[in-house]
Amino acid sequence: MRIDSKAQFDSAVRNAKKAAAGRKLDILVCCGTGCLANGSAKVAEAFAKEVEARGLAASVGLFTKKTGCHGFCERGPLVVLKPSGVLYTKVKPEHVPEILDKTVAKGEIITKLLYKNPATKKPVEQYTEIPFYKNQTRVAMRNIGQVDPTDLEDSLAHGAYAGLARALFHKTPEEVIAEVEVSGLRGRGGAGFLTARKWRAARKASGERKFVLCNGDEGDPGAFKDRSIMEGDPHAVLEGLIIGAYAVGAHEGFIYVRDEYPLAVVHLALAMEQARQRGLLGKNILGTGFDFDVKISRGGGAFVCGESSALMRSIEGKTGEPRQKYTHATDRGLFECPTVLNNVETWADVGAVLEHGGPWFAAMGTEKSKGTKAFSLVGKVKNTGLIELPMGTTLRHIIYDIGGGILDDRPFKAVQTGGPSGGCLPESHLDSPVDYEKLTEAGSMMGSGGMIVMDDRTCMVDVARYFLSFLVEESCGKCTPCREGLKQLLVIYDGLVAGRGKPGDVERIERLAAGMQLGSLCELGKSAPNPVLSTLRYFREEYQAHIEQRACPAGICRDLTAYEIIPEDCNGCHACFRACPADAITGESKKVHTIHQGKCISCGACYTACPTDAIRFFPKVALAAAASGGQGGAS
Amino acid sequence: MNTLIVNGRHVKAREGAMLLEVIRQAGVSLPTLCDHAALEPWGGCRLCLVDVTRNEWDGWAKMVVSCMFPAEDGLIVRTDSPRVVETRKVVLDLLLARCPDTPLVQKLARDHGIEQTSYQPNPEPTDCVLCGLCTRVCDHIGVSAIATVNRGAGREVAPPFHEAPPDCIGCLACAEICPTSCIPFTTSDSKRTIWGKAFEMVRCTQCGRAFITKEQAAFYDGRNGVPASYFDTCDECKRRAQAQQFSRLSAGAGR
Ligand SMILES: Cc1cc2nc3c(=O)[nH]c(=O)nc-3n(C[C@H](O)[C@H](O)[C@H](O)COP(=O)(O)O)c2cc1C
Ligand code: SF4
Ligand code: SF4
Ligand code: SF4
Ligand code: SF4
Ligand code: FES
Ligand code: FES
Repeated sequence: MRIDSKAQFDSAVRNAKKAAAGRKLDILVCCGTGCLANGSAKVAEAFAKEVEARGLAASVGLFTKKTGCHGFCERGPLVVLKPSGVLYTKVKPEHVPEILDKTVAKGEIITKLLYKNPATKKPVEQYTEIPFYKNQTRVAMRNIGQVDPTDLEDSLAHGAYAGLARALFHKTPEEVIAEVEVSGLRGRGGAGFLTARKWRAARKASGERKFVLCNGDEGDPGAFKDRSIMEGDPHAVLEGLIIGAYAVGAHEGFIYVRDEYPLAVVHLALAMEQARQRGLLGKNILGTGFDFDVKISRGGGAFVCGESSALMRSIEGKTGEPRQKYTHATDRGLFECPTVLNNVETWADVGAVLEHGGPWFAAMGTEKSKGTKAFSLVGKVKNTGLIELPMGTTLRHIIYDIGGGILDDRPFKAVQTGGPSGGCLPESHLDSPVDYEKLTEAGSMMGSGGMIVMDDRTCMVDVARYFLSFLVEESCGKCTPCREGLKQLLVIYDGLVAGRGKPGDVERIERLAAGMQLGSLCELGKSAPNPVLSTLRYFREEYQAHIEQRACPAGICRDLTAYEIIPEDCNGCHACFRACPADAITGESKKVHTIHQGKCISCGACYTACPTDAIRFFPKVALAAAASGGQGGAS
Repeated sequence: MNTLIVNGRHVKAREGAMLLEVIRQAGVSLPTLCDHAALEPWGGCRLCLVDVTRNEWDGWAKMVVSCMFPAEDGLIVRTDSPRVVETRKVVLDLLLARCPDTPLVQKLARDHGIEQTSYQPNPEPTDCVLCGLCTRVCDHIGVSAIATVNRGAGREVAPPFHEAPPDCIGCLACAEICPTSCIPFTTSDSKRTIWGKAFEMVRCTQCGRAFITKEQAAFYDGRNGVPASYFDTCDECKRRAQAQQFSRLSAGAGR
């Protein structure tokens, strides 16, 4: 039934809450993309079947629901029992009867399905006690993992559209913008532009037709925060967009979704349909006379399509290529009309800001970076996943307390933030608070919140090369500095890692980087040198080692690295023999093994496999020196 | 009328002009590859970068492409600030690496003190600087037979699927606008070829010269009120006919 007044909205929420309270026991099965890939659909199905067969809904008020991504995909499929809060990890369909028999019927905990804290080696029962969850503050992701994203009633019971109701029933558009201004909310998709300022500019811009757009392109490799939000809580995105549309006076909107996100499209489309039926979207929203509707636009698939002008071109049906513009999109954007473009996470924050008020949001974070921010934590940490934290949290807290520290307790080397055109920060920055300004000062950026943790077995020259190899493919190729500059940077880096570095390479890199920063048309080319410049800034000696000594200090660049066995430390366990893909190792069981340099391909598999650290790496040049009778480490 | 200062000289700008026009008016030379009077500016080659500032900006300046930046009143423009000169050189150096054998690029580079590229010369040299003029002119006439394909370093101009473009009318506008003349074509009395497509020519009913392709005649037939008979005669014969008519008229008037 349509909701057409404040009284009707309040009663709809009351009814939804009452219905939710009727569910005495809830089994929440994560059906985000990560858990689905691990087979959670089968788990959910098994639960539904068993619950039905046993008639548990009627007898004990037990229901199941499929939620979005918790961010802890690595341990999935995840199952949470409510109200107890017990979290089971890596659940398989065959565990289902056991969970119902033991945990649901008798309150017994199944220890083997619990998460084990790697630090204490102890199992943890409740998800709220797991450091990964405990240390988070969720705003944009407030309802993900809690609600069934395909059920509007469930979202209403969890506070969805409360912010919209406050905006439409109690505030003028100017007051909405003022509230967002007080919150200090800045864009979560890249540059961190003040959201309220953008909205105000679009509101003031002349023109009958205005647009609000949601950027769900999420082209950064490995990032999945926007996907999780769109899949796991589509109503949060819609609510934000409707509030934004009301604030700027727009009646049309688009959600631009990356083509690789089919589930997000399905959930968003369903949410839109449900919202329209209840009068939350479309004509005469909540009976206030305000009209706004939104369409989904499927992305072109390229990283650069996430760039503002390229995204708008793409929605217009043209090639998603950036355009040089000296006017703001808030004056002339989509179809040359005033347009506000915000990131998925930004939009998801808006509803909460309106519900709880700007000061509430501004109480979190740092002086200039307010609120919370989602990060995808990946790389060499024990707990990888998607997290949300107050701005200003230190990198150390994120990596060690939430991430659980470095995998295998190896030494930390660097963390790359901000996506492919972000920068790499060294250990000396671990205690610096993460906010827009601090990251930029340090030569990196917030970007969309990607964080890749690297251990000592990481070559920073190789890391920079990796990001260049991504960007060279993703540059649209329209402008000379980005297209040709990336190509030439990659040529230089290919030389560095292959031992063909020359004196002057660093200077050539720096000159090119400056030319690209100043000369490129769009932000992709302007920011592409970041990985290069930040590694040069913090790890310059590694460049020098590659060029001057033909050595890779981390032992990663294969053309520069050789391995050998230290006879005194080898116990003849044969592990390296088994690990070597090139048959380069010989040795009998319990006897000292040998690596044959002629066959070794420097993959380092033996180094990783050796339990006694009897294998060491050294610069390959030493082999040649030894062969020619000079001094060297080779045997 | 807007007044600007270009490298220290005051210049008046026509309403709606871009900086590039004003810079040239001031007698300052600036290399460009992707700008063309007949087409919308595009901002791809990045050679026309300049610094702009205003008195009230307190010494802060921003770099913009002059072909697309409107010539606003009071702007102070520098085409010779160290960072502009350096960035332009990097761009030319990169273009020379891309097109090491292309005379136009060699000349532009040499004009800016670059004899040899500092980067790796293209192992497969090309003359195409990817200025996009060809595709844009083809779009402009309303045909859009060719486009840029592939992203990044692999970008090139090509007809769809690298096959003879079905939409091409053989007008040669692309070949003519190309600054490095790198689009091959042949044209004779009977035949024309471009982009791997062959065209039959229409002959002038007066002088018998082949002056247009059949596809061109068909494309313009009925467009903007052009009657089919318009293509019976070539431009030259039309002009001659007009001149004769005119002289007849004036002769008649004088009598
Ligand atoms: C190459 C490139 C890719 C981008 N990709 C995205 C993206 O995937 N998602 C996004 O929200 N913003 C992306 N941005 C930033 C957008 O241009 C834009 O600034 C942002 O969507 C504005 O929203 P916000 O103010 O809420 O951050 C990208 C920018 C560049 C230059
Ligand atoms: S900077 Fe790169 S991505 Fe942006 S327009 Fe230029 S070539 Fe395209
Ligand atoms: S893995 Fe290590 S200890 Fe075992 S045989 Fe190889 S070198 Fe020796
Ligand atoms: S010759 Fe063909 S491709 Fe070239 S401009 Fe004319 S129609 Fe376009
Ligand atoms: S073919 Fe010629 S006109 Fe077309 S992009 Fe290349 S250089 Fe420019
Ligand atoms: S999909 Fe289940 S935790 Fe991410
Ligand atoms: S002429 Fe201005 S960018 Fe090419």
